[in-house]
Amino acid sequence: MAKATTAPAGAFFANWRQNIIYIGFVVIFVVFALTLNDKGFLNPNNLLNIVRQTAMIAVMAVAMTFVLSAGEIDLSVGAVAGLTTVTVAMAISIAGPVGGVLAGLATGLAVGMFNGWLTTRIGIPSFLTTLAMMGIAKGVAMWISDTAAVPILSPGYSWIFGGGSVGPIPVLMFWMAVIAGVGHVALRRSGFGRKVLATGGGEMAARYSGIDTRSIKFKVLVLSSCAAALAGMLYAGRLQSGRFQLGEGDELSVIAAAVLGGTSLFGGKGTVIGTIVGALMIGMINNGLILMGLEFSQQLIAKGAIIILAVALSQKRG
Amino acid sequence: MTAPAPVAVRMTGISKSFGGIRALDSVDFEVFAGEVHALLGGNGAGKSTILKVLNGVHVPEEGTIEVAGQTLTARTPEAARAAGIAMNFQEMSLIPTLTVAQNIFLTREARDARGMIDDADSVRRAKVIFDMLQVEVDPTALVGDLGAGQKQLTEIAKAISQEARVLILDEPSTALSVSDVERLFVFLRQLKAKGVAIIYVSHRMDEIARIADRATILRDGKHVITAPLADLPIDVMIEHIVGKKSKGLADVARGDVSRGEVLLELANVTGPHKPENVSFALHRGEVLGLAGLLGSGRSALARVVAGIEPAVSGEIRIKGTRVAVRRPADAVAHRIALVPEARATQGIIPAHSVADNMVMSVIGRIAPKGFVDRVRVRDIAEDMIARLSIKTASRDHAVSTLSGGNQQKVVIGKWLATEPEILILDEPTAGIDIGSKAEIIRLVRDLAQAGKGVIVISSELSELLTACDRILVMADGRAHQMLDRADLDDPEERDPEHALQAAERRLQIEIQKALTIKEASHG
Repeated sequence: MAKATTAPAGAFFANWRQNIIYIGFVVIFVVFALTLNDKGFLNPNNLLNIVRQTAMIAVMAVAMTFVLSAGEIDLSVGAVAGLTTVTVAMAISIAGPVGGVLAGLATGLAVGMFNGWLTTRIGIPSFLTTLAMMGIAKGVAMWISDTAAVPILSPGYSWIFGGGSVGPIPVLMFWMAVIAGVGHVALRRSGFGRKVLATGGGEMAARYSGIDTRSIKFKVLVLSSCAAALAGMLYAGRLQSGRFQLGEGDELSVIAAAVLGGTSLFGGKGTVIGTIVGALMIGMINNGLILMGLEFSQQLIAKGAIIILAVALSQKRG
Repeated sequence: MTAPAPVAVRMTGISKSFGGIRALDSVDFEVFAGEVHALLGGNGAGKSTILKVLNGVHVPEEGTIEVAGQTLTARTPEAARAAGIAMNFQEMSLIPTLTVAQNIFLTREARDARGMIDDADSVRRAKVIFDMLQVEVDPTALVGDLGAGQKQLTEIAKAISQEARVLILDEPSTALSVSDVERLFVFLRQLKAKGVAIIYVSHRMDEIARIADRATILRDGKHVITAPLADLPIDVMIEHIVGKKSKGLADVARGDVSRGEVLLELANVTGPHKPENVSFALHRGEVLGLAGLLGSGRSALARVVAGIEPAVSGEIRIKGTRVAVRRPADAVAHRIALVPEARATQGIIPAHSVADNMVMSVIGRIAPKGFVDRVRVRDIAEDMIARLSIKTASRDHAVSTLSGGNQQKVVIGKWLATEPEILILDEPTAGIDIGSKAEIIRLVRDLAQAGKGVIVISSELSELLTACDRILVMADGRAHQMLDRADLDDPEERDPEHALQAAERRLQIEIQKALTIKEASHG
């Protein structure tokens, strides 16, 4: 009898390393709920705040899941998001909100195609391509904005891209859900997603199977920059301005979210759901540590320790 | 051969060179629909090259390819696939992070109404294929978790699933059990009856004899003969494969074998996968060869002795004392050295200098106080460069700038620097030019003369025969027979080149015999 009741649990625990992100998420949530209840952790407003703070990271992390699964990396996402806030804000002041949106998408497309071209045609590893692009994007953003914030005076734009809410639900949450849903289906069920996983899992084998791996790598880098541009548009809308500092350092949180969610840095393995939970977990830890009243220095240490613990527990041991 | 069967593949006058070396020289190759056509030849005969040309991976300089009467104009893997050609790529086309079913139908997945991949359908169809083959492979398992045999079955299933007109199987059976091979054959006969042309590459003559209708033999990039199997008994096949070698691998005088004490002794040693229950003794001053086909356990045996895959049972004794070799460092401490088979990944660090590679295994000794003694690095490197006559611009040049033969000498030098008593060389002449080959074989003889015990693994039989005093024939992880090199010689034969060929044929026959005995014992 005991056996019958423990059978499903047994299967779950047999794979507990794979599921560590979900177990960890629940454990941390419960711990925070119990210890921080009096400080309002469970307050719906606080929970929605976590979503608001996580949305941009999550949007970029979904695309990063594709990039890492294809065996590449994109370090330029934070800087591209920052650059996009500036181009969007400037374009809105000249051509209105529609022009702003087009300018934002064009920014992502241009940077992504340049990254992809350098990586797949010139043969520079994406680590270096995007490391250099990180500096270039930030430099361009500082230059065209004269390092000053550019205000956005279009309430419609701000509402759609990050500032608005439907009842209690922030618009940002819809963006996150839509991107996550599309990303999940695309990676798990579409031919493109399968080719991405094959390219990262064994490039030579993928090529022998008739997959154009260069085109796949080009596309994931374009995808990543476009997602970064969307994140930039959300930053711009939420803060009603464009500033080069926005998104700074986000690339590390984005990569951490994907890796926490079980995406392999070596390619071939990744899930969008895991990535979203990873992003939410990072947001939740940030929020909880602040509510605990930890100093910023202590927050950094605690956050690093939790990430190392989670990833270490998920490793297979031979 | 009764009624003339339609021609499925006709390749005419195919030539292909790699860096000035002619891999294929105006080769004609014709396969009928509804036949199993064996493609035979020694290492470097051009078998894989012609298959890769047919499959669109290589583009030939000359020649035409017709498939079912249509000339192939585009030379890409996609064009070959569209023309109905499917091939298994010896584990090259499997992605370890995807499942068996996902791998089999990669880029050809069934789509549901919304255009999304239907993985359940792939699993179903994979099951159908494995059921047809009557083998047990879980379509939902990750390929990375599979053993070699299951991977090979997945490769075969992937090729079969394309329902091709021309099915190329390149060494499909190296990791399969005897019963799986039997079931594969049953299935191939069914395909044959449906009019599929099957090109079958194998080094196992017994398999060829059982499954093939006709055979084509290549040697040194040239077409030798195409004939029905009935006209090709095994010894005739071997004669055509070996041929009159013009390789200039002169038989190095072996001199008197002065066998000394027993250096290394294996008693019923079994490794994690292979070998199984192997026993032999290696004496001071002798060269022992390990002969056998791919998957016979030769390299696995070397890895066990070198502590890379430690033995799970049995005893390893050095000069009569039982020793434990659990890590490569243990082997080095017992003065065992392994020159591994994959030079580029297991032997050298290509971007590092000749000197740095040379001292990699003795860093502890040359850095007694924690700092590397540069004078000793120089001495070791210069000593080895002179001793092995390594051609390099300087000891500070990257090993990647050296030719294959000289890179191999760097690996040998690196291991000689550990001052081993027992030296194992796994395929030491793979991918190097004929001049360096002869040099390395001479070096092997010299090392034995100097009182070391040497084990040589090679797929080139002429090389084993030239270098070794005794040859252990292995099959399926087991030691089959220990042959004295002298017994393979024909006392009547005076001409040294003919003598070497005759010995090679004898050894080839012993290797094939080992396979049949294995099968008999497995039932």
